[in-house]
Amino acid sequence: MNEWLRSTLPIVGSEHARDIDTFYFFVFYLSLFFFIIVGGLAVYFPIKYRLKPGETRRSAHITDNFFLEMLWTVVPSLLCFVLFFWGFNTYLAAFTVPNDAMEIYVRGRKWNWTFEYPDGMAGGGTLYVPLNRPIKLIMDSEDVLHAFYIPAMRIKQDVIPGRYVYMTFTPTVKGEFQIFCAEYCGKDHSGMLAMLKVMDDAEYEVFKREGPPEYKTMDPKLIGETIYKTRGCQSCHSLDGTKGDGPSFKGIWGKTEQFADGTSGVVDENYIRQSVLEPQAKVVKGFEPVMPTFQGSLRPVEINGIIAFIKGQK
Amino acid sequence: MADVLHHQIHAASDHREVDYLSDGRGIRDWLYTVDHKRIGVMYLFFIILSFFVGGMLALAIRLELLYPGRTIMDAETYNRVFTLHGAVMVFLFIIPSIPAALGNFVLPLMLGAKDVAFPKLNLASFYIYCLGATMMIGAIISGGVDTGWTFYTPYSTSTNGAVTLTAMGVFTLGFSSIFTGINFIATIHKLRAPGMGWFEMPLFVWGIYSTSVIQVLATPVIGITMVLLGLERAFGIGIFDPRIGGDPVLFQHFFWFYSHPAVYIMILPGMAIISEVIPTFSHRTIFGYRGIAFSSVAIALVSFIVWGHHMFTSGQSQLINAVFSFLTFLVGIPSGIKVFNWVATMYKGRITLKAPMLFAISFLLLFTIGGLTGLFLGSLSIDIHLHDTYFVVAHFHYVMMGGTVIAFLAGLHYWWPKMFGRMYNERLAAISCALIFVGFNTTFLTQFVLGSRGMPRRYYNYLDQFQQLHMYSTFGSWILGAGFFLMAGYLLASLRGPKNAPMDPWGGTTLEWQTQSPPITHNFHDVPVLKHAPYDYRNIPQGEA
Amino acid sequence: MSVAENIEHGHGHAAELSPFQQHHFATAQQQNEASKIGMWLFLVTEVLLFGGLFVGYGLSHAKFPEAWKSAHHHLQRELGALNTVVLLVSSFTMVMAVQAAKLNRRKQLIGNLWVTIICACIFLVVKYFEYSHKYHEGLLPFKAFYSYQGPQVPGEFHFFSFYFMMTGLHGFHILGGIAVLLWVLKRSYAGDFTSAYYTPVDLIGLYWHLVDLIWIYLFPLLYLIS
Ligand code: HEA
Ligand code: HEA
Ligand code: HEC
Ligand code: CUA
Ligand SMILES: [Cu+2]
Repeated sequence: MNEWLRSTLPIVGSEHARDIDTFYFFVFYLSLFFFIIVGGLAVYFPIKYRLKPGETRRSAHITDNFFLEMLWTVVPSLLCFVLFFWGFNTYLAAFTVPNDAMEIYVRGRKWNWTFEYPDGMAGGGTLYVPLNRPIKLIMDSEDVLHAFYIPAMRIKQDVIPGRYVYMTFTPTVKGEFQIFCAEYCGKDHSGMLAMLKVMDDAEYEVFKREGPPEYKTMDPKLIGETIYKTRGCQSCHSLDGTKGDGPSFKGIWGKTEQFADGTSGVVDENYIRQSVLEPQAKVVKGFEPVMPTFQGSLRPVEINGIIAFIKGQK
Repeated sequence: MADVLHHQIHAASDHREVDYLSDGRGIRDWLYTVDHKRIGVMYLFFIILSFFVGGMLALAIRLELLYPGRTIMDAETYNRVFTLHGAVMVFLFIIPSIPAALGNFVLPLMLGAKDVAFPKLNLASFYIYCLGATMMIGAIISGGVDTGWTFYTPYSTSTNGAVTLTAMGVFTLGFSSIFTGINFIATIHKLRAPGMGWFEMPLFVWGIYSTSVIQVLATPVIGITMVLLGLERAFGIGIFDPRIGGDPVLFQHFFWFYSHPAVYIMILPGMAIISEVIPTFSHRTIFGYRGIAFSSVAIALVSFIVWGHHMFTSGQSQLINAVFSFLTFLVGIPSGIKVFNWVATMYKGRITLKAPMLFAISFLLLFTIGGLTGLFLGSLSIDIHLHDTYFVVAHFHYVMMGGTVIAFLAGLHYWWPKMFGRMYNERLAAISCALIFVGFNTTFLTQFVLGSRGMPRRYYNYLDQFQQLHMYSTFGSWILGAGFFLMAGYLLASLRGPKNAPMDPWGGTTLEWQTQSPPITHNFHDVPVLKHAPYDYRNIPQGEA
Repeated sequence: MSVAENIEHGHGHAAELSPFQQHHFATAQQQNEASKIGMWLFLVTEVLLFGGLFVGYGLSHAKFPEAWKSAHHHLQRELGALNTVVLLVSSFTMVMAVQAAKLNRRKQLIGNLWVTIICACIFLVVKYFEYSHKYHEGLLPFKAFYSYQGPQVPGEFHFFSFYFMMTGLHGFHILGGIAVLLWVLKRSYAGDFTSAYYTPVDLIGLYWHLVDLIWIYLFPLLYLIS
């Protein structure tokens, strides 16, 4: 029974998840107990007291019984207290953030999640965290409600536009865990997935330096495209030639740009690297110097990705 | 006593008086009627129609979820389908089902009254229902709604579906519900037969009374909420929309302030039916009359202060969450009292397992599962995990479908002979009950497991690991559908036969069994006077089976 | 089966029977009491309907206290006060009308109903002037219509959203009340109401007091913010 019951819950990813499961089992067995009493009698009595052929219909006349009625008022009442306090305690524990928690910003939008780490790096699709470190997620939404749900940690929190909310967990198991969007948010609600990857410290150090392990096998263009989509380039730079807050990326590779200070230059690797790290150094003519710097928040491999990506925009 | 029995036998065989069904057969006689029985029957027709529509949408949902990814429709259609399924089932079917259809028919009869207090208001409420339903159908035709039946902002203020029209439909339906509630309360206060004190009322009446109180006190709030939603969408008031200074979570408070009590609008009448059916078929007095009567009122009152349990993950303060969790458990106590009293009523009874009783026993099993799983959801930390997963979907289908709908079926079979004067095929009824029971559990037990494993609700697509359980669930829905089609078949078939139902086919003790089946237009020839409390079987002829 | 026994009943008090007594009531008194219960319940739903707006108002006020303070200066306190008085008078004449009906005084009933209706119309006329003044300044409800250009604190349009929604809903209630009052008046001329049957007068009276009461809350909430 216990084994089966455990199999009806997701993998355990933290101590908190284990505590919740214990409580869950308690509520389950309590419910089972009441169900067996009620269901058992509801089936047994109709069989036992079935009107048999030839029998008269004279039944017992029992209108009430003080003791019994008290029993099934008081016992559930007491149990309610148990349920409430146990539920409340585990809930408080789940939402109390340890002091040394690592803060990660989570942003939901239709229909993906992005994560911003304390060192300024950011990413989407997968949330990387070190093992046994308390994590605090500070979350908001760009458009409608979403909910960040990590079944393995047994936690969930709605994210709301225009307000920060938080949740916390301390992963104690290495591995990859599913993340869902649990608040209905439109067409691709069911596609708004992400992964949680819990790594040991050594792996995490590598991640901090070199980015997600899958970069190693990824086409740089694809890395660039991910950055373009998840880091906000999209909002100023189009790919189809339309002018936004910034110039479109369409066909700029190899082009000679005129700058506001009268000079000019060719769009090549160095120029793009500079545009991203020190955007104000050379401002393209006809544009305001509004592009933010990405110094410290894009890894070299990501900048190379951007270069490859822009190269590909014919 | 003997000649009462005699009289009954005669009523069955000999001459029948003109009943309300044959008293004026023209279409106008129906459309302009103020007879509560005819209004009840018209409601019944539209409610079953709505159930059919909602049910077909449900089968479409299940079929789509048979496999991950696209099976029969795309994501946008799916979102419209489940929204519509929820909205039709809740607003068009389940809320009016028992009070407006069955309640309208039997409540005045049970009280020994000739009609409800305000017959014209009753008819008006029916037409308002039709108007609201038309608006909802209009919304479907003009593009549908994809917000979920909960209309959460800011999604609902930004999506381009027919949200405003649907909201106006819900607003309109609210008035229908309010009018029914007002009518019943006034009727119960003022039109009880001479000698019928509050504690001589059948328990069905107590249940309907509590329901009406909720209808009157909660429905105006959904009304104003829907108006605000419509205005926010169209012109921007700035109370729900965060872009112009509003708070999207506030909408959830407004919505659940109504919609939580609304779930008790759904279940209390169901419980009310069970309180009639069990004593009648146990041929025994009800156990703990007062306990059942007061617990209905207690549930109605507590229902107003637990709405926050739908919002444990919405970002409201931890203290508020704690308060709502605590209050939520309180509802379990009166519900438990009822369940135990029903079971105790069968003890040492003389039970006949006719169709209504079979449904009542299914109800006991299914509602208990639904209610007990409500305790999981009321527990704060567990709900954080289970919120917005299929566990919640399974919970509310167990209480709404397994509870209210099954109770509705119990009531439908119980009063069918009274309403239409015909007996249906008992054997087919038993088969249909079994199909529904098995199909239902196959469909929704699996969903508890899906949910506890983390499958979120309102998901068009899902991970492969959930496929097997989804498949079982879909199979279950087919069995369920088969049960209902069978039921539609034998019930309709019974209408083609002659009027053969006796006055009191089950040996019921309440006043509706004191008049011909179907009743005459004015219900009773003379105002009946109550001599005993209901469910008192001591003075009833104890014939052999 | 034997729970009840049928007794001979019929309509016992045939002498008192009013032509307006419906067949399913045993006595006129029972009918009147039932109608009153119905009316009271209806009023409860009205309170809750407005209640939703009051809650929204309260929360928005808490969110934009500055905007509330500055926005309410655009309202004309004197006109609001005038309307309060007008409604209070109408409530008084409504009481008098019910009393007159009870005492079989038809002339008094008609007179008082007239005064009530006239007061209600004055209220609406005053409201019209207030609304058109706001209209010209662009102090309209909702983001979509609000177009006031003068100096203002952010959030003022929220105030006007609530101002118009609340007074507008109230105004509709006055309008509906006038319609019913006119119908009651017509029946009064026809001599339908006697001390034996005056339920409609009684009911519209209850309704009218509620509409009045709601204004008593609206006035300080909207016009007298400190
Ligand atoms: C008929 C309708 C109905 C009924 C009767 C109930 C009954 C209950 N519901 Fe349910 N509920 C819904 C319809 C209903 N619900 C719907 C529609 C939703 C989801 C809406 C949506 O999001 O779309 C929902 C969602 C819902 C949630 C929110 C879940 C979430 O979204 O995260 C919660 C949380 O507390 C909850 C709790 C309860 C409880 C405690 C009861 C209690 O009333 C149950 C009481 C009964 C029992 C407890 C069983 C009998 C008692 C005993 C055998 C004695 C033993 C008892 C004790 C030890 C206490 N319900
Ligand atoms: C009364 C309420 C009610 C009822 C009865 C049902 C009945 C059913 N529901 Fe539904 N459901 C809801 C209310 C209800 N539902 C709500 C509120 C939601 C949430 C929506 C949202 O998220 O916004 C929901 C959501 C919901 C989902 C989740 C969708 C999602 O989250 O993605 C699913 C999935 O399986 C589902 C399935 C079903 C099925 C298979 C039935 C079956 O039980 C249906 C079986 C019925 C039939 C097949 C009809 C047959 C009828 C006849 C033949 C007529 C004859 C009848 C008589 C004589 C009586 N429902
Ligand atoms: C807030 C708007 C904004 C964002 C966000 C933004 N940019 Fe820019 N970008 C501009 C503007 C304006 C210019 C032109 C002025 C200048 O050169 O500084 C520009 C210029 C550039 C250029 C030079 C283009 C040319 O035609 O010479 C490159 C390359 C570039 N951005 C890359 C990026 C990348 C990569 C990102 C995201 C990681 C990004 N930008 C994000 C506004 C933005
Ligand atoms: Cu994002 Cu659902
Ligand atoms: Cu609830």
